[in-house]
Amino acid sequence: MTPNSSTVRNVPTGPARRGPTGIEPARITAGQPGTELGVVSRSNTTSHIDARGIYYKTLNEQVREEIESGATTVVLDNVNGQRYIGAGLRGNGVTLVVNGVPGNDLATFMDGPTIFVNENAQDGVANTMNSGRVVIQGDAGDVLGYGMRGGHLYVRGDVGYRVGIHMKAYENQRPVIVVGGRARDFFGEYMAGGEMILLGLEAGTGPALGAYTGTGMHGGTIFVRGGVEPHRLGKEVGVRWPTSAEEVRIEEIVRDFCSATGLDPAPVLAVPFATLYPESHRPYGRMYAY
Amino acid sequence: MSEITFTTPEFRVRVDRDACRRCGRCVHQCGWGVYRRSGDGEYPLPDHSRCVACHRCVTFCPEAALTIERHPLAYKESDSLSPELRKAIWRQAETGGVMLTGMGNDRPYLRVFDHLLLDACQVTNPSIDPLREPMELRTHLGRKPDSVEVDMVASDGPLLVSELDRQLILETPILFGGMSYGSVSLNVHRALAMAAKELGTYMNTGEGGLHAELEPYQDHIIVQCASGRFGVDSEYLQAGAAVEIKIGQGAKPGIGGHLPGEKIDLQVSVTRMIPQGTDALSPAPHHDIYSIEDLRQLVYAIKEATGYKPVSVKIACVHNVAAIASGVVRAGADIVYLDGFRGGTGAAPVIVRDHVGIPVEIALAVVDQRLRDEGIRNRASIVAAGGIRSSADVAKAIALGADACAIGTAALVALGCHLCQKCHTGRCSWGICTQRPELTRRLDPEWGAERVVNLVRAWSHEIAEVLGALGVNAIESLRGSRERLRSLGLDQTTGELLGVKPAGLGH
Repeated sequence: MTPNSSTVRNVPTGPARRGPTGIEPARITAGQPGTELGVVSRSNTTSHIDARGIYYKTLNEQVREEIESGATTVVLDNVNGQRYIGAGLRGNGVTLVVNGVPGNDLATFMDGPTIFVNENAQDGVANTMNSGRVVIQGDAGDVLGYGMRGGHLYVRGDVGYRVGIHMKAYENQRPVIVVGGRARDFFGEYMAGGEMILLGLEAGTGPALGAYTGTGMHGGTIFVRGGVEPHRLGKEVGVRWPTSAEEVRIEEIVRDFCSATGLDPAPVLAVPFATLYPESHRPYGRMYAY
Repeated sequence: MSEITFTTPEFRVRVDRDACRRCGRCVHQCGWGVYRRSGDGEYPLPDHSRCVACHRCVTFCPEAALTIERHPLAYKESDSLSPELRKAIWRQAETGGVMLTGMGNDRPYLRVFDHLLLDACQVTNPSIDPLREPMELRTHLGRKPDSVEVDMVASDGPLLVSELDRQLILETPILFGGMSYGSVSLNVHRALAMAAKELGTYMNTGEGGLHAELEPYQDHIIVQCASGRFGVDSEYLQAGAAVEIKIGQGAKPGIGGHLPGEKIDLQVSVTRMIPQGTDALSPAPHHDIYSIEDLRQLVYAIKEATGYKPVSVKIACVHNVAAIASGVVRAGADIVYLDGFRGGTGAAPVIVRDHVGIPVEIALAVVDQRLRDEGIRNRASIVAAGGIRSSADVAKAIALGADACAIGTAALVALGCHLCQKCHTGRCSWGICTQRPELTRRLDPEWGAERVVNLVRAWSHEIAEVLGALGVNAIESLRGSRERLRSLGLDQTTGELLGVKPAGLGH
């Protein structure tokens, strides 16, 4: 094996790219698993990548390369569990479309782009996301929006445990999570800021809201369509009817969610909402002695 | 009755009225409000109960008129219920609060470093004079390959074919531990960043984000991603030379952190990306990490977001540390940062700081051994921290298996810290552990950087001297060489865990 043939692609190493992603190239070398590239087809500023059987590291590097070369929309077909799609991506003008089921940590650390997932998603979506938009037409897993600081996460279907945990807000960054279906336990745990809405559409049998909702909550607001049973709330959480300002806000977010997920907003808004709020912004302010 | 406290002053302040010129500098310098005056030109009147023995006033008194003494008030002796314990009970009876403290564990547990002795050459093998001969201290932190492929017939000589993982290159095996902006002042961050650049090593942001002003130093900064994810965004991760996932801290294993709203001023708020005046609550665990597999997921999420920069994972030294470190390495960490139970903190409950965790010396030895036994020692470098007090500790830690040592408290002591252990109050008179502008401006970053550079250069010289005495010319030759250590006064089991023979036993 000669030195030059060992490198599948001639990716420069060294200082950070100054292009839209800002991420230094990951080296894809022979001998590592999955160096096969996905087939790319391009038209104008849209690129299609066939992700079938492509290793996640290679796929994500291909996505970044398409964006670096000027693509504004990257469509990933036949995605099947590849992790970290959109991880750390920056730039408001970029859209990824995921056909198939993306793996964990979709849109983690993402800052600006939009991701449409046309099927289900797994755990850790929008982990520590700074801004951007993720729309999932199916269900999604656990720990969505952990530490999320801004942007929108819309899930048409059901979600798992600990969704929106430690979500926070900062200045004009106000993260929003909307769940169309049901949520499991610890929804909005440790919540520090932003807004979460649980719609409970097509909830069928059983409650839309899991137990221990908002445990440790010290900021932000949760709106639950159709009201809540108090025994499902964490001890730091208060419940009341929405204020008129909150009702305006609920309608604004719900309309945006319905437009993104193809739902009719009228029946969604026809049912009253309850507001969950933190009873203290400093739950541990008097815990210590010096 | 509610105003009555049973606690009595720890120190007594003496003002020598023969020497005092009533200039009032002590009144101005004390951040604790010890001194009052009835008017300009009057003698300062100390309130002993407020004194923490930080010596700020003593240092700046132009007439050397001040003395701080341990308060002589006698307590009825009890080996069991010491005056400190009695005071804690009274304080908790008054407040109902969890006792909080700062800095590292100050309890008189066995100090293993002080029971280890280094070897030296005599007669049969020559020592080296580091003043005349080159002495290599350069250290590479990061994953080393299992094997390398070399093309021996390349036209311009043998050529390395394998691609190596990125390394952090340290000119001396000492770096700075994570201390967040918010717990320490921005001037501390400035000083450490400047010092790191000058020394060719790295400072660590801790979990408080990276202030925009430190951007010129980013090639010498490790950025931390902890459970609160404060200040963490894509740009931040890409700014650092490496990213550290903080799982635990030696001073407070297993618990998170509460930075009170009072310390979140505008600049801290901008850097942490949280609203001013709100409490910054770091959860105890990362809620996306409940297993080794989950840790691997975050390690690789960070690698994906940074173009595969080295990722360090910082864990506190706890009972099962060897197995945990093995998992951390298998999770893909390039560096395992072991923080011992003597490590410092800006604030921790006394019960945790003083009673949880194990010494870094023992943790380091068992982790190094475990990784060797499993054949994965090359996959990650080990940084030892939490109670590194001198160049001797660095040399001994490296002989026990560390690739490098991180210092936090020692660097702060260089900046003026007098170990008063009141970091959690935010009133540090030396301008280190505070956000009050009238106090933080006392620390000139350039002056501080020079002092830290002096300290690390001096330690590096001392390490070079020790290497010369050992007859080796590179820090690499001491690394993990426990044969060059002997123990004195350690029990047999501890000696065996350390892999160190007792003094007197030859090769």
